[in-house]
Amino acid sequence: MIPKSGNRYSDKVMLETVTARQRISRGFGMKKILTSLALLGLVAAGIGVAGTGANAQEEAHNEAAPTHFPIHEPKEMDWSFAGPFGTYDKAQLQRGLKVYKEVCSACHSMNLVAFRTLEGLGYSDAQIKTLAAEYTIHDGPNDAGDMFDRPGKPSDHFPAPFPNAEAAAAANGGAAPPDMSLLAKARGIERGFPRFVFDIFTQYAQGGPDYIHSLLTGYDQQPPAGMVIPEGTHYNPYFLSGVSLKMPKPLSDGQVTYDDGAPQTVDQYSRDVSAFLMWAAEPHLEDRKKTGFRVLVFLLLFGALVYLTKRKVWAGVAH
Amino acid sequence: MSEGHSTYTPKTGIGRWFDSRMPLPRLVYDSFIAYPVPRNLNYAWTFGGILALMLAAQILTGIVLAMHYAADSTLAFDSVEKIMRDVNSGWLLRYLHSNGASFFFIAVYIHIFRGLYYGSYKAPRELLWILGCIIYLLMMATGFMGYVLPWGQMSFWGATVITGFFTAIPLVGDWIQQLLLGGFAVDNPTLNRFFALHYLLPFMIAGVVVLHIWALHVVGQNNPTGIEVKSKTDTLAFTPYATIKDGFGMIVFLLVFAYFVFYLPNYLGHPDNYTVANPLKTPAHIVPEWYFLPFYAILRAITFNIGPINSKLGGVLCLFGAIVMLFLVPWLDTSKVRSAVYRPWYKLFFWLFVADSILLGWLGSQPAEGSYVFMAQMATLFYFAFFLVALPVLGLIEKPRRLPNSITEAVLEKNKGGGGHPAGATAAPETKG
Repeated sequence: MIPKSGNRYSDKVMLETVTARQRISRGFGMKKILTSLALLGLVAAGIGVAGTGANAQEEAHNEAAPTHFPIHEPKEMDWSFAGPFGTYDKAQLQRGLKVYKEVCSACHSMNLVAFRTLEGLGYSDAQIKTLAAEYTIHDGPNDAGDMFDRPGKPSDHFPAPFPNAEAAAAANGGAAPPDMSLLAKARGIERGFPRFVFDIFTQYAQGGPDYIHSLLTGYDQQPPAGMVIPEGTHYNPYFLSGVSLKMPKPLSDGQVTYDDGAPQTVDQYSRDVSAFLMWAAEPHLEDRKKTGFRVLVFLLLFGALVYLTKRKVWAGVAH
Repeated sequence: MSEGHSTYTPKTGIGRWFDSRMPLPRLVYDSFIAYPVPRNLNYAWTFGGILALMLAAQILTGIVLAMHYAADSTLAFDSVEKIMRDVNSGWLLRYLHSNGASFFFIAVYIHIFRGLYYGSYKAPRELLWILGCIIYLLMMATGFMGYVLPWGQMSFWGATVITGFFTAIPLVGDWIQQLLLGGFAVDNPTLNRFFALHYLLPFMIAGVVVLHIWALHVVGQNNPTGIEVKSKTDTLAFTPYATIKDGFGMIVFLLVFAYFVFYLPNYLGHPDNYTVANPLKTPAHIVPEWYFLPFYAILRAITFNIGPINSKLGGVLCLFGAIVMLFLVPWLDTSKVRSAVYRPWYKLFFWLFVADSILLGWLGSQPAEGSYVFMAQMATLFYFAFFLVALPVLGLIEKPRRLPNSITEAVLEKNKGGGGHPAGATAAPETKG
């Protein structure tokens, strides 16, 4: 997931794009004016529907030179943390952490996540201590004024693979791999009308993990004939801001050894690491949903009582 | 009550002692207990109370968040994440505050549309309406600056684009922009002053809210019929009637609010704001918060030069003009009848205006290209036509339906008819003089 490139935006461009002729319908007589004005809104809405259709057609025609990204929308997966009673699958998070540790962390930092918070994955204090101690933390200065290396403690955060963003960029073809702490909330494609309305009722909030999963599993697809893939980049139809990205296919079957019998496939790795990144981005998700249920139940009961009281108060009064 | 000479005396000795030295108990009694409200108010009238609640909630959560927030461009993003991860219930405070801003705007939009529908801006409530418009302006400034504070990509680039509007103003534009930014680009000085102002403005809002309520209590509330209160039978005491109804409205509103806070806390935000601000990397599409989208669409709809006014200045003028329209509504509307209930044509145009505003909002979220531009231009045209053509013209040519003689009569008619519409309202259309 190389950060977005190819920016076409500048406010001038935005303000000075296509000039369209304005058509103002003129009618004589009040009714005509009224009706035409009234219809204006409907006309505009109608053009909207037609316009969206035209855009979709355009995309279909130029397969080799798409203008809208991602080329394919992320696949919607079943996540244990979706919905009002969603919870994290701790075994899955632990597997995801393993994938992060053994694969992603070679290039991607996770600066905001402290080892101590890994208790959310079901680890005990002792396990967290051991896990933290596997890392070397650059610390200091000590009493003598020197910087030194020491084993990690639970209060430490995951150390970054590169000393700074410039080093990260230099080692990765010019673009620093993004920090992964918030990746699952920092990615997601626009849902468009009318889906964004349905999303309210289905509580769809998994755009980030869906995107990450699709991207990680999308490397094996072949680009359409005639598509130009810039050198040093890799075609991925799920990438959010172009036909290809600098990150090569990171996962392959059997790369990470699971000890709980879960399938060792790219698809499974991708699901697990996406779930883990959702946890990393939103560690209090379970707490939030649990609290939310209680709050809603309280408000519903309280609301019912207040409504009955209101009925009683207003009962003798015409209104 | 407006008369000022209250007959109220507190029941307790200490109350009377206090009241004779400073008549606060009297003020509270007259404002929130005895205050007469029209008996026919519907649930659209509960949004005033809901807005007061949201303002208080935003100030409370905001003050606690400020205790943990660091207004420094190198620390701001991480300090917000620290709130989300390490502060006790910090995630709740922060989601309440960020979604609270959105729901504050949802409530204020319903409140404004209610005023437009029932003609609540007409004499003698012009000043009340204008004070409301000032509150809305202050809310926009507060919301915009608040969105900058987490120092994400959309914070930074939104601030860059919006402060960039001011450079369109001839002669003083650049100077104003630099004053806002504290430099030539959005940077640490910008963040510092935005934080200071974001903390200040809500208290200014609270001050104008006091004036708004004061003005309301002088002229009294409008009501669904738009007919002034004429006798005591038209009104009920604020407590218990309005208090319990407002209370129920608040709880229903809080239910929806809580649903978003706990289940869809990032639905109304933008994913890019979870990436730390980077002045060297422009997001593909810069979009402001949803509540500014209609105005953003109007800004971008002006893609052509008009004489000496280039498209950029034209867009900015239309954007500010769109807000100025609201201030002028009391004088643009020529109708002698207040409520849309009795104005069939105005009612149609009102709902078209609502649809147009929503359409503009959607267009504001889309890239300014292709057919979207033309649609935005048409929708902008309708937006201004509603204020500048429909409001003045309809008042002159429209035949309103028959008005009841009083609120009491309207209520009795409605209860007799059983339906939601005043019975026989269409029977004898009255010609306006």
